[in-house]
Amino acid sequence: MSIPQTDESTEVFQATGLTKVYRTGDVEVHALRGVDMTLYEGEVAVFLGPSGSGKSTLLNILGGLDAASGGRVIFRGEELTGFDERSLTLYRRRNVGFVFQFYNLISSLTARENVALVTEISDHPMRPEEALALVDLSDRMDHFPAQLSGGEQQRVAIARAIAKRPEVLLCDEPTGALDSKVGIVVLEALTAINEELGTTTAIITHNAAIREIAHRVFYFADGRIASTHINQRRLKPRDVSW
Amino acid sequence: MKALDKKLLRDLMSMWAQALAVALVVAAGVATLILAVGAYRSLDETRAAYYERYRFAHVFAVATRAPRGLMKRVLELPGVAAAEARITKNALLDIDRFTQPATGLVISLPSNGVPTLNRLYIRSGRLPQPGETTAVAINEDFAAAHDFRPGSQFKALLGGRKRTLTVVGTVLSPEFIYSVGPGDFVPDDSRFGILWMAEKAVEAAYNLENAFNSVSLSLRRDASQEDVISRLDALLERYGGRGAYDRDDQFSHAFLDSELDQLSAMARVLPPIFLVVTAFLINMVLTRLIALEREEIGLFKALGYGRLAVASHYLKLVMVIAAAGIVIGFGLGTWFGDLLTRLYGNFFHFPFLVFQRNVDVYVISAIVASTSAGLGTVRAVRSAINLPPAVAMQPPAPAVYRRLWSRGAVLLRHVSQLTIMVFRHLMRWPLRAATTTLGIALAIAVLVTSLFPVGSVNFMVDFTFFQSDRQDASITFASETADRVVQNVGRLPGVMVVEQFRTVSTKMRLRHNERRVSIVGRPAGTYLTGDMSQAPDLPPRPTGIDLSRLLNVKQEPLAMPETGLVLTEKLALLLKARRGDLVEVEFLESSRRTVRVPVTEIFQSYFGLSAFMNIRALNDLLDEGAVVTGVHIAIDERFEEVLYGIIKNTPALTAIALRKASLVKFRETMAQNIVFMTGVYSTLGIIIAFGVAYNSARIQLSERARELASLRVLGFTRAEVARILTTELAIVTIIAVPIGWILGRGFAWILIQGFESELYRVPLVIERSTYAQSALIVIGAVVASALIVRRRVNRLDLIEVLKTRE
Repeated sequence: MSIPQTDESTEVFQATGLTKVYRTGDVEVHALRGVDMTLYEGEVAVFLGPSGSGKSTLLNILGGLDAASGGRVIFRGEELTGFDERSLTLYRRRNVGFVFQFYNLISSLTARENVALVTEISDHPMRPEEALALVDLSDRMDHFPAQLSGGEQQRVAIARAIAKRPEVLLCDEPTGALDSKVGIVVLEALTAINEELGTTTAIITHNAAIREIAHRVFYFADGRIASTHINQRRLKPRDVSW
Repeated sequence: MKALDKKLLRDLMSMWAQALAVALVVAAGVATLILAVGAYRSLDETRAAYYERYRFAHVFAVATRAPRGLMKRVLELPGVAAAEARITKNALLDIDRFTQPATGLVISLPSNGVPTLNRLYIRSGRLPQPGETTAVAINEDFAAAHDFRPGSQFKALLGGRKRTLTVVGTVLSPEFIYSVGPGDFVPDDSRFGILWMAEKAVEAAYNLENAFNSVSLSLRRDASQEDVISRLDALLERYGGRGAYDRDDQFSHAFLDSELDQLSAMARVLPPIFLVVTAFLINMVLTRLIALEREEIGLFKALGYGRLAVASHYLKLVMVIAAAGIVIGFGLGTWFGDLLTRLYGNFFHFPFLVFQRNVDVYVISAIVASTSAGLGTVRAVRSAINLPPAVAMQPPAPAVYRRLWSRGAVLLRHVSQLTIMVFRHLMRWPLRAATTTLGIALAIAVLVTSLFPVGSVNFMVDFTFFQSDRQDASITFASETADRVVQNVGRLPGVMVVEQFRTVSTKMRLRHNERRVSIVGRPAGTYLTGDMSQAPDLPPRPTGIDLSRLLNVKQEPLAMPETGLVLTEKLALLLKARRGDLVEVEFLESSRRTVRVPVTEIFQSYFGLSAFMNIRALNDLLDEGAVVTGVHIAIDERFEEVLYGIIKNTPALTAIALRKASLVKFRETMAQNIVFMTGVYSTLGIIIAFGVAYNSARIQLSERARELASLRVLGFTRAEVARILTTELAIVTIIAVPIGWILGRGFAWILIQGFESELYRVPLVIERSTYAQSALIVIGAVVASALIVRRRVNRLDLIEVLKTRE
């Protein structure tokens, strides 16, 4: 396995001086205090750090779910931070797949229909069945979320995220609500997709062990990237010791 | 089908109860408009068609005795298309197995046997042949009341002679769609009948050979009605003409008009109220329902759905609910409207009904309902859609609660934390609490508006039959009679009190305002028969126990002034007359003088336009000595049958009105019409009440499900947790009740304004029981909803709430 950030690697995201301030009532929360980072095509990045260190905020801004208070994000040469609402919607629709900690499936739709929700509005999607096969859920396609286990639900969410063949896959604590055995299955699905489709993948986690599967690990603290680590040797999820 | 549409369908199925509650509220609003406008237009159209097909006349006139030859000149009047002369007379009827005397209106059929104007619709049998002297066709309802059919017989006092008449047919007439006996307020088909007889027979009975006393005209389209009336008056003047009048003064037409006006007032007033209320409610409910979807909206945006796609998804959801409501409303409204049309159709004796289905009403109600639903959705979706998806997908930040009030802390020491939660929650979202309160208040208001007419009618009954007109019977004489007759009546068995009156037709004018109205002369007091038997020649003197009383606006009895006119408030208003004004009175009978009389008093009455005068002053004005046209009497019930027997055989009497029978009949009529109306509207009101209460409770539960489940996790019992919801609902409801009453009174006032006509007006009287009923119904709906929602509290999933984020 090679580390993709060589000279000829293409930059997917380039963030500079990114800040984010939330105001709730009289309180100001500085979620990001100046973040600089670059993500490359095809890499798997893991964001590690305590709660409130700014991981999720960065991921949300990269995914076009939230607006930065300052700084810039360039996505493939275009300034994401300058996008208006409409362009952001199109950006998310064409380029980004999300996986959330609590799956965020629509409970009234079956697994297949949850995936179809995305394929219906994408330009070159795979078929929902194909996406579900990638996460090994072919036999559970017509089940409603309530009939699926947590791991299965998260795999549906992954299938939904990758079905549009996104450029980037952004995962916020994808294994946070799962036990280790099921967590491994989910991570395997993520790495498999990264390998097969070359999707740039960013994973937020509290679980330090998961860093072993990444090309690069970003350590967050207090709204900044405290340090970056490059894994010389990546482990397969099943080889990670939880 | 698209995944989003599947979601929509399944969401609808899972929230069916709530969706149905909202749909029913929509349906109630839509139905009121369709039913009210539908019934009004159908009846209006039916009447127009009936008039047209059966050639209802435009102008009517009554005289004492005019020669047949005059008709040639009547027909030559400019603008007259057709004219028909006839004889009309009141007659007392004596019907076997019917103790009470009844009154008949005898009408002559033209010599060729078939009227050209005011044609008759023959229900059964035939019309009397020109040569038949005892054959009679009667109106269908009189026939039905006595089970008369062709071949049946009854007796009548015709021109002072008692004859046995044979029914040959039953008919309907456009002239008597609504028929009321002389002196009565409401139709009583058993005591008042219309009798059509061959001309020769009527002429002979009343010594009116080659003469007539009544004429009907139909006019050409370009004719001036006023011009024809004044020319006809001039022609009839020397023959005792009492002033020609148009349809507006024709009793049946005028009454029908006022009924239709009432229906149209209901159609104008109630549906807008219902529609505005429902619009507000669906707006409120949907806004909160969609606010709950905030996280899903965030997810859709995260997945790349645009604003429009998200908004239209929710708009679709709401439109499906609204459409269901509209369809149910169309069905209910059409059905109720037809029922109402049939009910009125029966009441008015229409030979046929024309059902009007106007697309505009359906379209308007659908537009109002869907617009208000749509606006609610857009408003709600907009607030969620404007959030960045990352924020929308988070549960809303914990609300900032404040201490209730610093000094209140002392009070709150004794109150449980759960109760404090309730109060803080209400005060944290004052607008939300206010809209729920207003929603429940509106439900109460709608019920007050639907139920109050019963109270108003009870008040009218009490005012008219127990406070004002307290006589048991009113007897009308065949002609003006010397007042000695009063003593004679007083000597009849069972007559306890007699009070004479004299009625004179007049035209009253003040400045530009003119009205045809009868002046009733009445004594300043009543005599007791006891006095008369001992000293029959005593002059009338006040006894302080007047049978018929005039009451002022404050419901206090008015002393009859010695001179001058006493007008009803309504008549004074129409003439713009105040106390002291000199009104020009043109007598249309006897001396036919025109005099100026001052207005000395104004009194309160809910029926008709009337004017009173001291009978002596009136007789002085007419220069005719002591003359009466009838008497009011109080009857000792033990002698009732004997008295009725005598009255039936007294040739000098032509009509009798029995008050008690009127009262019973009045109640029946009102019961029939009002109970149906209030029944329909209050059903719709109850639906609204339940829709609001259920949705408020249900949404509150959804909004606070996590919080409540967390409390359960902390060890609070189901009952304690449910109490948070029910206490909140109870507080909101208690505040809503008085507001609902005030709003309801306002709505009722608006409705009353539309009810007013020259024939009667309805006082705004809302009984305590109406207020109580409205509040209880709504409280019942709230309790029922609370119970349903409580079952859901019991089913709160505690594990789920721990698993999902907060």
